[in-house]
Amino acid sequence: MGDHHHGPAKGLSRWLFTTNHKDIGTMYLWFSFAMFILGGSFAMIIRAELFQPGMQLVDPAFFNQMTTLHGLVMVFGAIMPSFVGLANWMIPMMIGAPDMALPRMNNWSFWILPPAFLILASTLFMEGGAPAFGWTFYAPLSTTYAPPSVTYFIFSIHVLGLSSIMGSINIIATVMNMRAPGMTYMKMPMFVWTWLITAFLLVAVMPVLAGAVTMMLMDIHFGTSFFSAAGGGDPVLFQHIFWFFGHPEVYIIILPAFGVVSQIIPAFSRKPLFGYDSMVYATAAIAFLSFVVWAHHMYTVGMPVAGELFFMYATMLIAVPTGVKVFNWVSTMWRGAMTFETPMLFAIGFLVLFTIGGFTGLMLSIAPADFQYHDSYFVVAHFHYVMVAGAVFSMSAAVYYWLPKWCGRMYNETMGKTHFWISFIGFNIAFFPQHFVGLAGMPRRIPDYALQFADFNMLSSIGAFIYGASQILFLYNVVATIVAGKPTSEEKTWDGAEGLEWTVATPAPYHTFETPPQVK
Amino acid sequence: MTTQSSTEYEKYYVPEKSKMAICATIGLFLSTYGAASIMNDMTFGDPGVETNSWTIFWVGLFFFSATLFAWFRIAIKENIAGLNSAQLKKSYVLGMFWFIFSEVMFFLAFFGALFYLRNLVGPWLAGEGEGGRMNHLLWEGFEYNWPMSLTPQEAVGGAANQPIANMGSFTSAEKSMAFGEAAAWYLWLPMWNTLVLLSSSVTVHIAHMGILDGNKRKFNLWLGISVVLGMLFVGLQILEYYEAYAHYGLTLNSGIYGSTFFMLTGFHGFHVVMGMTMLLIQWLRSVKGGHFTADDHFGFEASSWYWHFVDVVWVFLFLFVYIL
Ligand code: HEM
Ligand SMILES: [Cu+2]
Repeated sequence: MGDHHHGPAKGLSRWLFTTNHKDIGTMYLWFSFAMFILGGSFAMIIRAELFQPGMQLVDPAFFNQMTTLHGLVMVFGAIMPSFVGLANWMIPMMIGAPDMALPRMNNWSFWILPPAFLILASTLFMEGGAPAFGWTFYAPLSTTYAPPSVTYFIFSIHVLGLSSIMGSINIIATVMNMRAPGMTYMKMPMFVWTWLITAFLLVAVMPVLAGAVTMMLMDIHFGTSFFSAAGGGDPVLFQHIFWFFGHPEVYIIILPAFGVVSQIIPAFSRKPLFGYDSMVYATAAIAFLSFVVWAHHMYTVGMPVAGELFFMYATMLIAVPTGVKVFNWVSTMWRGAMTFETPMLFAIGFLVLFTIGGFTGLMLSIAPADFQYHDSYFVVAHFHYVMVAGAVFSMSAAVYYWLPKWCGRMYNETMGKTHFWISFIGFNIAFFPQHFVGLAGMPRRIPDYALQFADFNMLSSIGAFIYGASQILFLYNVVATIVAGKPTSEEKTWDGAEGLEWTVATPAPYHTFETPPQVK
Repeated sequence: MTTQSSTEYEKYYVPEKSKMAICATIGLFLSTYGAASIMNDMTFGDPGVETNSWTIFWVGLFFFSATLFAWFRIAIKENIAGLNSAQLKKSYVLGMFWFIFSEVMFFLAFFGALFYLRNLVGPWLAGEGEGGRMNHLLWEGFEYNWPMSLTPQEAVGGAANQPIANMGSFTSAEKSMAFGEAAAWYLWLPMWNTLVLLSSSVTVHIAHMGILDGNKRKFNLWLGISVVLGMLFVGLQILEYYEAYAHYGLTLNSGIYGSTFFMLTGFHGFHVVMGMTMLLIQWLRSVKGGHFTADDHFGFEASSWYWHFVDVVWVFLFLFVYIL
């Protein structure tokens, strides 16, 4: 088989039948961007309604469908697949492998995503409307009170889970089995490490999510009573199972982002990553701890005090390895010969804003304080700082960083920087005020609010529109680069960049390594 | 192919394009869409209206199974043609291992639910501890025991008297599957089930020893016995469900005891059917196709790991669902 060294096939069949990690990575990336735009337009509807107090544009039921689908599409459709796409493109190149370990399954993992989202999006047009119970789909809202479309929602979650599990099995097999000779574990780039650990988290928790939606399905259609106290079950059980998945899930989202930033900051500081070993251990510690903190999302459901205390201290413990990471990134920059090209700007933006999100997380982790903050806009501000300024910023950084390697063309630096600054400013105008309205008592997931919150909400909406618009610029930048960017064939686009991906030709050939490179 | 680590890295495996993924996707899409529609017809639909949900489901499932069949066939043919490098074989091993791990986590969700419901929720509903304040507001008169003999809904006098909404009515079973309620130990089905499944794990192991010695006769014989034992288990399980519905009043509606009982044993049973099918295919491959040699029998090995996994799950089930 190794004897057929063909380039890409022509036409649509290249994409439908491909087994090439680069093709599949590209499809993941474009798909996730499409979902980002879809989820983003839901967010625009939400912010437009919240522009002023009172009900203007949509009715409350539709508003709830928007918050629900926004969360689901962004988490499962935009962020997760985008990092899987990045893993597909980069991991084989970074470890000196010819492709992913199980290439045909790789293609399947991708192709089941579009139908799953087709099913999910089609719920908007079903009788009773789309799911309106929030992206966390708490029972009994998602069982007793759910619209009929919930069944389709359940099956689409099943398919997404299948895709994630196959994708992560593939990544595990690739990293464990396909490294070039000499590429020992402790020589792997941080991005590979963070993805390996993320993949373990995924195979561990996606099946648990599948269990949760299966119980819902049984309660809705087959008369069981898992989440119904009348039969001896408990709605709070749903929250436990969901967050046993959900908290590791937030680290599934952020760990690959950590990996990206750990590649980019050294490159533009022209220094090796500070404390590589401690980075690896910190990542593993975060992953491990993420299994024992889930109930910090449930401080107000009436857990026994012992439970509140356990989950409070365990949660605070995560701040330690997270702090190690932030310390290491800052130390990498310390006295480095730094330059501030677009990827670096996004990486620094990530660093600053993610740290703010970490601190608000720490505030939320204090159980007695969380009784006040819970389900307020403060929580919304917290998780947008970690997920948008964390995961999405690092994704933008990654695209600018590797785009020249992918397509052999350089993006326009001025346009890139413009994208960064508009995003950065828009993001902060959108989400910084939410901390204050949250602390002042504005609840989340509500289409109308008290007059006292009017100014800050208007500000927030304006910021959101600016941030939204900046993504159009992002799209423009990427397309302009691919069609008309300045051609480059330098193997090493960035003089400070390290790693095998910078030793191959630019643009990266369809099959990177036909014989394994030697890693010293 | 011999397994030499020095040749392991000589040349990289770069696979051909494949139509399998797209075909499997179409099958999966149709069958999940069909399944969801069937359930919605059942619960929310108008019984007078004809739908084509079942047709969509069956077409999808057929397409999906046919694709998987073709896919595995190709993978097997490639292996027989000697195309698979030692490295690829190791990827298959890793893939199977982590797939089984994900299955373990799936069962963990249901076991976790069982522990939480039995040890915390039950007592709380009956008024115990910090969670118990709701008892006299919502479920006055509910007393907790396991297997649950009276659901909270029954304790307050049925769905109509219930202060909160829920879907459906939950009745309790007259009799449970627990050991204590069997007429005599030798009439207790779960014990026979355990014996059958545990011995099938042993017979699969003997078959494995056989193939390692290159003894195909031994291999075919013991693998065949394992498949028969698997079928016996499924048969006994069907009998048990029949008993539950027909004579014990134990159904999916039987409150949380019924829910956990049927979901845990049901998913386990489903996995037994899958594992048994896998073993049966390996047996057919060996007997009809002459596949497998002493150092090349991964298809069998993977299936046997799966079988042992299903067995281990049963041990926990036996302990926590039937005995304790
Ligand atoms: C220093 C680390 C972190 C701590 C201590 C922390 C703590 C918390 C706490 C206690 C809550 C619950 C607030 C409430 O509902 O009352 C929360 C919510 C949330 N956090 Fe974090 N967090 C941290 C990092 C992250 C990261 C890295 C992400 C994702 C990338 C994340 C995503 C979320 C999300 C999505 C929610 C809200 C879920 C919802 O209810 O919809 N957090 N966090
Ligand atoms: Cu959390």
